[in-house]
Amino acid sequence: MNASNARSTALMAPALAWLTALMVIPCGLILALGFFRRGIYGGIEYSFTLENFALLLDPLYAGIFLTSARIAGTATLIAVVIGYAAAYAIAAAPRHRQPLLLFLAVLPFWSNYLIRTYAWIVLLNREGLITQFLRMMGYEGEPPSLLYTEGAVIVGLVYNYLPFVILACYAPLSRLNPELAEASRDLGASAFTTFRRVILPMTLHGIAAGAVFVFVLSIGNFITPALLGGGRFQMIGNLIYAQFLTANDWPFGAALSMALIAIMLGLLTLQAMAAEKGAGERREVLDG
Amino acid sequence: MTRPFLPLRTLIAGAALSLPAAPALADLVISNWDGYMAPDAVANFSAETGEPAEMVVHATNEEIMGKIIASGGEGFDVAFVSSPFAEVLNNLGLLEPIDADKVPNLANLYPEAANLSHDPGNGFSVPYAWGTTGLCYRSDLVSPEPASWNDLLHPAEAQAGKVTLLGTDRWLLAAGFLAHGYSVNETDQAKLDEVTADLIAAKKTMLAFDDTTFYSKLVSGEATLVHAWDGWCNYGIAENPDIKFVVPSEGSDLWVDTMVVLKASDNKDGAFKFINYILDAANHRWAAENILYKVPNQAAMDGLSPDLIAQFPNMGMTPADLLKLEQLRDVGDATRAYAKAVSAIKAAN
Repeated sequence: MNASNARSTALMAPALAWLTALMVIPCGLILALGFFRRGIYGGIEYSFTLENFALLLDPLYAGIFLTSARIAGTATLIAVVIGYAAAYAIAAAPRHRQPLLLFLAVLPFWSNYLIRTYAWIVLLNREGLITQFLRMMGYEGEPPSLLYTEGAVIVGLVYNYLPFVILACYAPLSRLNPELAEASRDLGASAFTTFRRVILPMTLHGIAAGAVFVFVLSIGNFITPALLGGGRFQMIGNLIYAQFLTANDWPFGAALSMALIAIMLGLLTLQAMAAEKGAGERREVLDG
Repeated sequence: MTRPFLPLRTLIAGAALSLPAAPALADLVISNWDGYMAPDAVANFSAETGEPAEMVVHATNEEIMGKIIASGGEGFDVAFVSSPFAEVLNNLGLLEPIDADKVPNLANLYPEAANLSHDPGNGFSVPYAWGTTGLCYRSDLVSPEPASWNDLLHPAEAQAGKVTLLGTDRWLLAAGFLAHGYSVNETDQAKLDEVTADLIAAKKTMLAFDDTTFYSKLVSGEATLVHAWDGWCNYGIAENPDIKFVVPSEGSDLWVDTMVVLKASDNKDGAFKFINYILDAANHRWAAENILYKVPNQAAMDGLSPDLIAQFPNMGMTPADLLKLEQLRDVGDATRAYAKAVSAIKAAN
């Protein structure tokens, strides 16, 4: 082993030890837990079974996975549309203003997730700020039911994860060579065609990265559906929470967690492959 | 095949739970819900008896159950758990029988409190607080006044969208069981299915499931009728005297929170001394006066100010009133069916 190899091994060691101790081993233990039975009194009975994984196919639980995917998917779609537009505007702003705009985009991250989510309760509840504002404007009917709806859950997810999309899309948009768009316009493409054929393909990997972030974080979220959905919407994160903290069925909770992790890893892998492919194509464009 | 392979078991137990750092060996360790006894109770107990002690907190029964079952009770001397969980711990052989000679203040308990269905004679648990679940409502906004579980599950149009239900498995299902005239400990699957369907229907007229902030929703007017524990309804009454509590005509559950001593404790005498300290009339009265929960301690309750009972009428429920209600019991393997039913209710649209 040469000196540079030894040095990089030494530099990697703390991170690897961290990941092994706090990620690989715990995940392995949770995976193992999924193959045991729940004891009659809620403990773990150490006999092998596949029934926890088989239970994932039960229409009730499979349905909860689908509902979660639908809610996370809707949130992702909305976040991508809003986030891409915002990133585009930031990238198009004068260069000296861009750091400030980016700073404003990530500013919400400076406060706690729970507090940001509670803020929506203050806004949306029936006696909340929106209702008070409507009454101030002279509205006298029944206050609107905004909180504890699927819409409120989606709003909470979009709001909390939007900065990820903005950052992920801003990176490729800001590196985009403006001459490419100019060339496209010179060759007769409309503004829309230029966007669709030139800008969008060159920044697709940013969208993919942002979208995967939002989707993965949303589908496993349990705080937002609990607070903004009032417990009326069961997402997979709430189901896992319930297995560990109320049903005392750790083996089934472990099987659910593994299924969720598998979905997340699958998506992250697809995204990494897409990013790799995109990077290759961009190199060809630039080299060719 | 039930042979435990220990190393894996230990690893899983250790990794799955973030056990608190092992307290100093000599200290008596008491696990309780945060704020469920006087903040200085442990320090005063130590000063009075010379037993070093410390309190750790758990947020839920399930959390302390997980810790105790995983460690076999090691690391804890006294735990506060609801009675169905005390039953489970006793069935698992993790509890030390209560030595009545070492807890003379047991004499302060109401006779009814020594004869509860989960543990007649206080063999393995000592009741700390008891109460029931019912309807907590704004008497200025709900008319006629609610009297039945069906007023909660299928409210009049004026209340639609302004009711909340407890989301915890046992109480959510109890509301359905009671509305149908069934036992709160029902384990028959057909009846469970019937009640599940009814509770799914109840979602249409419900604002939210709420276990922690329902009384604030009443105070703000966001909700007008909520499913509530008696003691928690009192927190709403304290802020708005128009808030009232009623036990529906079909009856309700009797819940009992208990103190238990772990068999693994290496200072059982100290543990009994602690329970005896809590059962002292003045010490136990603290819970009634400050948490607004009824305590099963006659000497403590007899000293309550009549003003307190006038302000919070459910504090005046007698042991005889409470014992008419059906005590929540451990339902064994039906716990899984309950959990599945609650998942189905919460997932339904």
